[in-house]
Amino acid sequence: MTLTSSPAQVSAVGARIAEIVAANAGREGPLLPILHEIQHEFGHVPEDAVQVIADGLNLGRAEVHGVISFYHDFRKAPAGRHVLKICRAEACQSMGSEALGARAREKLGLDWGETSADGRVTLEAIFCLGLCACAPAAMLDGELRARLDEAALDALLQEARA
Amino acid sequence: MKDLIIPDLTDRDFGTPASRSKKMVTLSVDGFEVTVPEGTSVMRAAAEAGIAVPKLCATDNLESFGSCRLCLVEIEGRAGTPASCTTPVTPGMKVHTQTERVKQLRKGVMELYISDHPLDCLTCSANGDCELQDMAGAVGLREVRYEAEETHFRARANGGEANPLFLPKDESNPYFTYDPSKCIVCSRCVRACEEVQGTFALTIAGRGFDSRVSAGAVFDDFLSSACVSCGACVQACPTATLQEKSVIEIGTPDPDRSLITTCAYCGVGCSFKAEMRGDELVRMVPWKHGKANRGHSCVKGRFAYGYASHKDRILNPMIRETIDEPWREVSWEEALSFAANRLRGLQETYGRQSIGVITSSRCTNEETYLVQKLTRAVFRNNNTDTCARVCHSPTGYGLGQTYGTSAGTQDFDSVEQSDVILVIGANPTDAHPVFGSRMKKRLRQGAQLIVVDPRRTDLVKSPHIKAAHHLPLRPGTNVAVVTALAHVIVTEGLFDEAFIRERCEWDEFQDYVEFVAEPRHSPEATQMLTGVPAEELRKAARLYATGGNAAIYYGLGVTEHSQGSTTVIGIANLAMLTGNIGRPGVGVNPLRGQNNVQGSCDMGSFPHELPGYRHVKGEAARSVYEALWGVTLDPEPGLRIPNMLDAAVEGAFKGLYCQGEDILQSDPDTKHVSAGLAAMECVIVHDLFLNETANYAHVFLPGSSFLEKDGTFTNAERRINRVRKVMSPRNGYADWEITQMLANAMGAGWSYQHPSEIMEEIAVTTPSFAGVSYEKIDALGSVQWPCNEAAPEGTPLMHVEGFVRGRGKFIRTEYIPTDEKTGPRYPLLLTTGRILSQYNVGAQTRRTENVMWHDQDLLEIHPHDAELRGIREGDWVRLASRAGETSLRAKITDRVSPGVVYTTFHHPDTQANVVTTDFSDWATNCPEYKVTAVQITPSNGPSEWQKEYNLQAEAARRILPAAE
Repeated sequence: MTLTSSPAQVSAVGARIAEIVAANAGREGPLLPILHEIQHEFGHVPEDAVQVIADGLNLGRAEVHGVISFYHDFRKAPAGRHVLKICRAEACQSMGSEALGARAREKLGLDWGETSADGRVTLEAIFCLGLCACAPAAMLDGELRARLDEAALDALLQEARA
Repeated sequence: MKDLIIPDLTDRDFGTPASRSKKMVTLSVDGFEVTVPEGTSVMRAAAEAGIAVPKLCATDNLESFGSCRLCLVEIEGRAGTPASCTTPVTPGMKVHTQTERVKQLRKGVMELYISDHPLDCLTCSANGDCELQDMAGAVGLREVRYEAEETHFRARANGGEANPLFLPKDESNPYFTYDPSKCIVCSRCVRACEEVQGTFALTIAGRGFDSRVSAGAVFDDFLSSACVSCGACVQACPTATLQEKSVIEIGTPDPDRSLITTCAYCGVGCSFKAEMRGDELVRMVPWKHGKANRGHSCVKGRFAYGYASHKDRILNPMIRETIDEPWREVSWEEALSFAANRLRGLQETYGRQSIGVITSSRCTNEETYLVQKLTRAVFRNNNTDTCARVCHSPTGYGLGQTYGTSAGTQDFDSVEQSDVILVIGANPTDAHPVFGSRMKKRLRQGAQLIVVDPRRTDLVKSPHIKAAHHLPLRPGTNVAVVTALAHVIVTEGLFDEAFIRERCEWDEFQDYVEFVAEPRHSPEATQMLTGVPAEELRKAARLYATGGNAAIYYGLGVTEHSQGSTTVIGIANLAMLTGNIGRPGVGVNPLRGQNNVQGSCDMGSFPHELPGYRHVKGEAARSVYEALWGVTLDPEPGLRIPNMLDAAVEGAFKGLYCQGEDILQSDPDTKHVSAGLAAMECVIVHDLFLNETANYAHVFLPGSSFLEKDGTFTNAERRINRVRKVMSPRNGYADWEITQMLANAMGAGWSYQHPSEIMEEIAVTTPSFAGVSYEKIDALGSVQWPCNEAAPEGTPLMHVEGFVRGRGKFIRTEYIPTDEKTGPRYPLLLTTGRILSQYNVGAQTRRTENVMWHDQDLLEIHPHDAELRGIREGDWVRLASRAGETSLRAKITDRVSPGVVYTTFHHPDTQANVVTTDFSDWATNCPEYKVTAVQITPSNGPSEWQKEYNLQAEAARRILPAAE
């Protein structure tokens, strides 16, 4: 009824994750810092990490899964080289962000949350960047872009595909 | 009889758990005054006043959660509409549960729930047993205004394309299904798994509208997750989302056809409600008022009852002249007169002592009492023994010597007040799962844990549980470890002198101190021998002695050794040294293996003891029975099981009536047992199945299952629970009737009409049972013995005022190594145990879907030992000892230490007991199952012996077609 992974099965990734877990295990509320560090290092939180974290923190792997899946920003797979997030919250919607979103999806050939086959770009929806006064807004690789129109979006897409 | 306080035993759900506060608070709910303990929720207070506030996420075995927003109420002087489940009562509070405002809010909430729920109530498996349905009715929902566009319950969206939000049913668990389309995400299942069972197998994945119940991680289903199939989530689920497959197949049970009965698996003795439809058992639901289990269950009691209707079950009596003949089905009359004539004939030829009985720890007290009565009053000898011989006889001896009673000192509730829990040679999460969960609950509240076990059991480390100290001793060195613990307590001055002076024999304490303080008992001196690091042992001893209420729980890892009784005495010494006896939260608690081990011992199953542990040599005790039964009893103790087998091999013991025990598979040194059985001329097996022992039997009497008879079981806390007949015996008779018929065929002239009459006889003749009757058990739910004039409602805690024997007695515990030693030929130590999903010899659980979790016995071996021998995961290995050899597959794990291997004994085609030896406890002959020197080598498959055994078994099980 319990899966027990024998030491031999632990991969190199698992070993590194175990190091991260061990380094943070003493902290108060260690799970989120551990997940951030794993995502930072691997670009996502690999499935293999779940059991390693659970063992390290003495949690059930269901609990770890519950936390990872609660936060949309913890990725199941690595993102593309560029990440474009377009705001779909109310203020941006009222300034035409849905049409921009549709254009981006069409031009990139990607749906929300997808990564291009060549691994260059990931398109994501985001709900409010705090730039309502300059809507519609987007974020490319952590950099904010505001007052978008079709031309500005196309330029942004150009950058993202580079 | 004094007036009894009749408890409320209804199934009413009060919504939140009861508060333990002594301070009372009075408030008014809808104008009714109600007084409840401080800390009670408004919801529970309303329920106490008879007012049911609508609710979905609340249930009274889980902490309140406040997520469903249906239980909103208004409280005068407070803003808003607080949730009644999370709002504690305050004095003078005025609560209104049914105002216009909350009625509207509830309707709105319900409307949202129903907008994402299928409306297929008529064909739903929970139809009539669904809280969502009930609440929709209770709040008066009449219409749902929301269009269901995005739903979780339609496999295809309105446009016809696959709905990505829809998750199909998870049917991987053999006993229940998870249907996400019916889920309202109330989290009751997740909370039940965490709070009640303590496995943490479930979670809510995602968030918001995407929230889904998930077993394990994203790659898991229920079967692959950590789920132990205890059923707590299924019971907690208010809808059909988590539903028993039996209910899906049969339909909901008949509310008027359910009875409270007691599980027939382990010694926890859980109370269950057997829910029926006609004479078909629909499901077993743990009963919330059961004092042993408090509404919880494990996979065996909850689900693994299908063996009672398995096709292997034998329903007609059978006989044969010799064991190489096939069986012949005959009438009850023929079978019984055949058996009676043979037994009488054997006694005439070979003497009165040439026959005997083995009683069963699986049968009821009443049945056990009759079987020992058969031997004493009809066979006129004391040749009665029981399977407790091979499990907890050292407990009876050790606790009897030191404290004066052969039983555990506490009730299970006591663990809720323990601060330190010392577990020795027990694996409660596998072998006593419901108590294991109760213990884990206390550990999560902060109690500290010390585990003494050669194996890293789940208690040592599992989600949210971590032992403060694990002492991984070498098998067979229990006494050295326990004495070293006492050494530290004595030499560091951590003992409770006041307690010892007041309650124990001071001279014997002085003598014990002198012995235990010798440097040769120090942890440093015994470290090389036991393998336990001295510093860790010292810390554990200090924690046990100074950590507050300290309780010891132990199992067969203590008793099944050549020094089993000595270890029990050592454990009793530890509790006396530290004053941990006679109040809640402390004590010495044997975890009994089987449902009625305690009862079968109480009922006089041992050859030297009449019921109530009175020696057969005692004139006074004997005369009670002689007067009642009108016979003269043999004043000499009879034969123990090993003696019976030895005598059989020698030709002096010829006939055996063996009820509900498979000695061939469960007793050690299988070859010796089979030789003994083969030498007998009349072996009567009384069982549900043609078990392994039946391969050597001449008479087979089909038994009845626990669902088919009335009686009582006594669990590990001395609690006498009722077993109630929920269906008529498929074999025609309850087991007590069959024993009575056999006795009468031998001329006994018994005339019991009902087991309650047998209990009356037990009460009249046994002082510690004097106050026990079926009426009292029915009224109180259960009774813990001693139950007599001094304690009319029974005795939850023993030795409260003083020890039963007067003063507690310290006894020296000299460590004497077992004769079973490792050497060049047999360098490893084998120890054995149980796994959660299977039970003992597996006669029952192997005939249920539980085999999905454990379909064969595996040999656990440390990676180091495996590598030395070139053994890989899953390889066939040969397991050989001085006694015999068998083959099984290897499982490589660091749960066991290097030098130690471990296996279970659930499968007859492995027969781990071919390997175990006939060394046994010095005082009680309890076999040394837990230590066998072995060698492991790679192998190609089953051994020659296994093949021969299977051929013999197959031949011995042939049944002739019934004559026309």
